[in-house]
Amino acid sequence: MADVSKLSSTTTAPAPLSRWKMRLIRRPEIVLSPILLVTVLGLWEGGVRFFDVPSYMLPRVSTIIYGLYQGFAISIFSRGGYWLNGAVTLAEVLLGFVIGSAIGLVLGIFISQIRLLDATLRPYIVAFQCLPKVAIAPIIVMWFGYDITSKVVMVTMLCFFPLLVNCMVGFRSVDTDRIELLRSLSATPSQIFWKVKFPSALPFIFAGLDIAAVFAIVGAIVGEFVGAQLGLGVQILSMNAQMDTAGSFSVCIVLAVMGLVLNYSIRAVQRRVLFWAPSEAIQQPINV
Amino acid sequence: MSPETATANNHRAANDAAPPFIAIRHVGKTFTTLRGDQINALVDIDCAIGEGNFITIVGPSGCGKSTLLRILAGLIPITTGRVEIGGDAVTGPRRDIGMVFQSSILLPWRTVLDNVMLPAEILGIPKAQARERALSLLSMVRLEGFENKYPQELSGGMQQRASIARALLHDPKILLMDEPFGALDAMTREQMNLELQRIWQKSGKTVVLVTHSISEAVFLGDRVLVMTPRPGRLETVIPVKIARPRGLDGMATPEFGGITHEIRRLLKQEGTIE
Repeated sequence: MADVSKLSSTTTAPAPLSRWKMRLIRRPEIVLSPILLVTVLGLWEGGVRFFDVPSYMLPRVSTIIYGLYQGFAISIFSRGGYWLNGAVTLAEVLLGFVIGSAIGLVLGIFISQIRLLDATLRPYIVAFQCLPKVAIAPIIVMWFGYDITSKVVMVTMLCFFPLLVNCMVGFRSVDTDRIELLRSLSATPSQIFWKVKFPSALPFIFAGLDIAAVFAIVGAIVGEFVGAQLGLGVQILSMNAQMDTAGSFSVCIVLAVMGLVLNYSIRAVQRRVLFWAPSEAIQQPINV
Repeated sequence: MSPETATANNHRAANDAAPPFIAIRHVGKTFTTLRGDQINALVDIDCAIGEGNFITIVGPSGCGKSTLLRILAGLIPITTGRVEIGGDAVTGPRRDIGMVFQSSILLPWRTVLDNVMLPAEILGIPKAQARERALSLLSMVRLEGFENKYPQELSGGMQQRASIARALLHDPKILLMDEPFGALDAMTREQMNLELQRIWQKSGKTVVLVTHSISEAVFLGDRVLVMTPRPGRLETVIPVKIARPRGLDGMATPEFGGITHEIRRLLKQEGTIE
């Protein structure tokens, strides 16, 4: 840092650079990223106006933002607004995420502790992973109906697999030296589990939660597409039917923000719990 | 190959009449591979180790030296023969053994102090007492001031010293070390050898150290067990009658050179060293 300020002060001003400028020199992306966004949106807006693109094909950015405002300006109990539909979708996402992750975690731990069970179930788990689970959304809606339950089941199922699979991989890749160390101290199986195996598998479990969070929103929207009375997915469908493309885009923005907040919350917990682990994520390819 | 009863230069007088502290009697170990083949890892190992001795085991890869150490630790069962510690047959892991592995195996989510205190949690030693002992051990291995650091923040040599402190926490009578300095650079390794000698003289433990470095084995051991592979056999036991504490300069003496040369010759004879 000292070198940078020295160099710049000799070539430009004699006064030392402010902290703000120092940050800019070290990380120009903090300015470049917003500039890129503004440029792209500006080109979009200008292009649509210049070429007179019909708004049902590609709406103007300003129209999308206005649609966003309209969606939230409406009463929170209105069936046409983003508050109620957003709350329904969020409830489906959170409920399904918590239930699915919990079941996946518990079953994953259970299966990975019993070698025979692991070996017996593995081919079926692998096979199920290759099935795009959204394909069975219509069946789930048929079984559980048009209210929130079917969507929660859908999200649960999508969140279950990343946790199950990452748990199984995580527990299998525990450093055997760590286990041998505990065994040499005559540790009980439960001591080995809590002191070594579980913490060692945590980075994998968090990677599973990261994936599950993304899948949760996909599951809720697909479920709502197939059959629901309320939710942001329902709203996208009805807006599309009315050629309100700007409205559809604005719902997508709401969904993206929802996903970002969910993902960010998990990362925040992860940073506290996994302060000791290298930060690169352990990703397992899992089919939606 | 008969067990030696009296050991020269033993810092505690060996008593010829009493049974040895660690008795390894005609121990054999056979592994069965997944394909069903039988592999003789160890054949008829027979020796005795007196209390307070520093024993080193040297040999090339595949001679079964690590297997022998794990048998002493009660981590793997033997196929034939008998191992006794203090007169009791070894059937599983024991509380009076501390182990040091090739890598330090410090848990990255625990501070150095919490890592050193791990055995206390397993063995149910009161926390306050364990903490006090851990701090004094950390100062013995010259890590005072690093208690609250995480292992990742320590150098390889420091990590291994912390793992030695951990192995000593529950005050075991025996310290088993499996190539503890194998992953360190040559300079650090020599420093660690000096440190270990100092720690051993201070603590009076019985130490069994496995290494593939002949000079390390001679530098540290009261006796060197020379093992040869395929199948793993105890070739011979060589007493090292060099006075303690030994310094690194001692490695240049004709006495030291003679012993290392002798071991090298024995291993060469067996066709294990080119």
